[in-house]
Amino acid sequence: MDMKRDYYEDIRLLDSGAQVFWLIALLAALAALPFFASSYLIYTVNLMAINVIVALGLNLLVGYTGQISLGHAGFFAIGSYITLVLMTKLGLPFPVALVAGGLVSAVFGFILGLPALRLEGPYLAIATLGFGLTITQILGRIEYFGGHMGLQAPPLSVFGIGIASDAGRYALIMPLCVIMAWGLRNLVKSKVGRAFVAIRDSDIAAQCIGVNLTYYKTLAFAVSAFYTGIAGGLMAFVLGFINPHTFNIMISILFLAMVVVGGLGSILGSIMGAVLISWLQIELSRITELPLLGPALEQISQSVFTISGLPNIQYVVFGLIMVGIILFEPLGLYGIWIRTKLYWRTWPF
Amino acid sequence: MFGQLIISGISIGATYALMALAMVIIYKTSEVLNFAQGDMAMLSAFVAYFILEDKGLGFALAFPLAMAFAFALGAVLEFGFLRRAKEPTVLGLIIITLGLQMILYGLASWRWGSDQKNFPFPVSDFEVHQILPDVVISNLNLVTLGWALLLMLLLFAFFRYTKVGVAMKATQQNHTVARIMGIRVNRILMLTWGISSMVGASAAFLIASTDTLDPNLMWNPQLKGFSAAVLGGMTSLPGAVAGGFILGVLENLFGGYVSVEFKSVVAFAVIVLILCVRPSGLFARHYVRKV
Repeated sequence: MDMKRDYYEDIRLLDSGAQVFWLIALLAALAALPFFASSYLIYTVNLMAINVIVALGLNLLVGYTGQISLGHAGFFAIGSYITLVLMTKLGLPFPVALVAGGLVSAVFGFILGLPALRLEGPYLAIATLGFGLTITQILGRIEYFGGHMGLQAPPLSVFGIGIASDAGRYALIMPLCVIMAWGLRNLVKSKVGRAFVAIRDSDIAAQCIGVNLTYYKTLAFAVSAFYTGIAGGLMAFVLGFINPHTFNIMISILFLAMVVVGGLGSILGSIMGAVLISWLQIELSRITELPLLGPALEQISQSVFTISGLPNIQYVVFGLIMVGIILFEPLGLYGIWIRTKLYWRTWPF
Repeated sequence: MFGQLIISGISIGATYALMALAMVIIYKTSEVLNFAQGDMAMLSAFVAYFILEDKGLGFALAFPLAMAFAFALGAVLEFGFLRRAKEPTVLGLIIITLGLQMILYGLASWRWGSDQKNFPFPVSDFEVHQILPDVVISNLNLVTLGWALLLMLLLFAFFRYTKVGVAMKATQQNHTVARIMGIRVNRILMLTWGISSMVGASAAFLIASTDTLDPNLMWNPQLKGFSAAVLGGMTSLPGAVAGGFILGVLENLFGGYVSVEFKSVVAFAVIVLILCVRPSGLFARHYVRKV
């Protein structure tokens, strides 16, 4: 199935009529959502959309280019802080500040991409981990950036239209998310995307056929950081308040978890992974409200653990999911989806 | 001032050296970069705290028991998770250890909450000895240094003179050949994880006694351990130790003369610089990847 017969079929953005249909259905559903959903649900979807943007950017780096990054919380923080500082201290309008935040983040991505040229696998993981930890520590020490107290997001207005509600933010974030997903799909279908994949599969072979490693590796880092920076800028307004602790190391790991759980090297996978992990993140923080399971967990907490530490159970669940995915389903949710599709298409064989 | 900075740099470096040793032991035998190392050690420190405070047992019993726990924890993680991965990629292994790290972190903060606790330790950080005019060293620093050096000697002797140690070295070099020679590679890997976990746990006891004990205890030491290991070349035990001491001293000098605020940047800068200038570290031989 899905055999490509010529080049133009390979670079087409959407493969089949069914895909076009479902895409339009999804877009229609997303457009209709704010008219009947509750404010809390919209807030949840906003968080999901932001995480989807990060997961897309990170998947470009990890899934398509094969470079490991444990430092995306750093880019996320840079995007957030630059956007807020440009707006509050310099008084720039939001769209300019957001793009500037993304670009500054991309510059840092480019800089981090330079050592990545000489590093691979575990070493790159260490270097990026160090980057993520260091950025947040530096931000916490600079008074201009609010120090440990953090920064308050100013009132948001886009082209003179004030945005104060969750639905308003949804109208801003969701189109951006869709545009960025579309942009990424475009990118990976192009010459640049194929260069990334070639580098992932074997950087030496890629170099042999004329892929400029320096250019494409740093480009992958920069684009990935740009996505994450934009998401960070949006996050600042959804949360309303940021401090260095918002961007701790666990966030970096969760970003990576989204990509791996969703499926490496797949846009649909990034979306599924980001939605699943952010949904779990929100639901697990109020796990005690669940019927049956909640009281049972409270009981266990009282006898063996502590009740105040119960929200930390989310880390246990995420850890188990990450380990489980690698052990049992290395292709992630996307792999399950593909297998299901194949099963139906070839039934009864 | 200079002498004092060097001395306290060396004693903080000793804990980095222990963390680096723990990581190098695992990385050498199984090529797994263990991101769970810090939290394995943190959990062991909490177990020691639990035995000391809640059960009211003495140090003579608590530390050996916590060490035994650390060994069992390392062995179980290897047996239960790492071994189960089928043909894992580098990224896959990193994700597994990150997942384990999250599980351990979650369990520890579920059990003990995130408030900071005082870790009782028989040796005080406030009783000091004057060794030079205006250079002092505390009892705890002496114990840290002594323990680190003793452990290094023990590990050295273990890898050199015992059968199991030699089997580990064989496993490091080539799993298949080691198997053919009658070494049970899986068992060796399990043992490696146990030993590494014990080394890490001893670092956590020492760090917890200078600081307070909370679930975030080992994040920074783990990064320092990584950079010390990278400095030493990731596969060399003496290199890791030297890297730990160099990093400790460098960091303290930077903190003393340049800026205390940005002291934490040193570790990261060291990683990036070393990896760019000499990717195989200061002490390991350069390797060339076969295509």
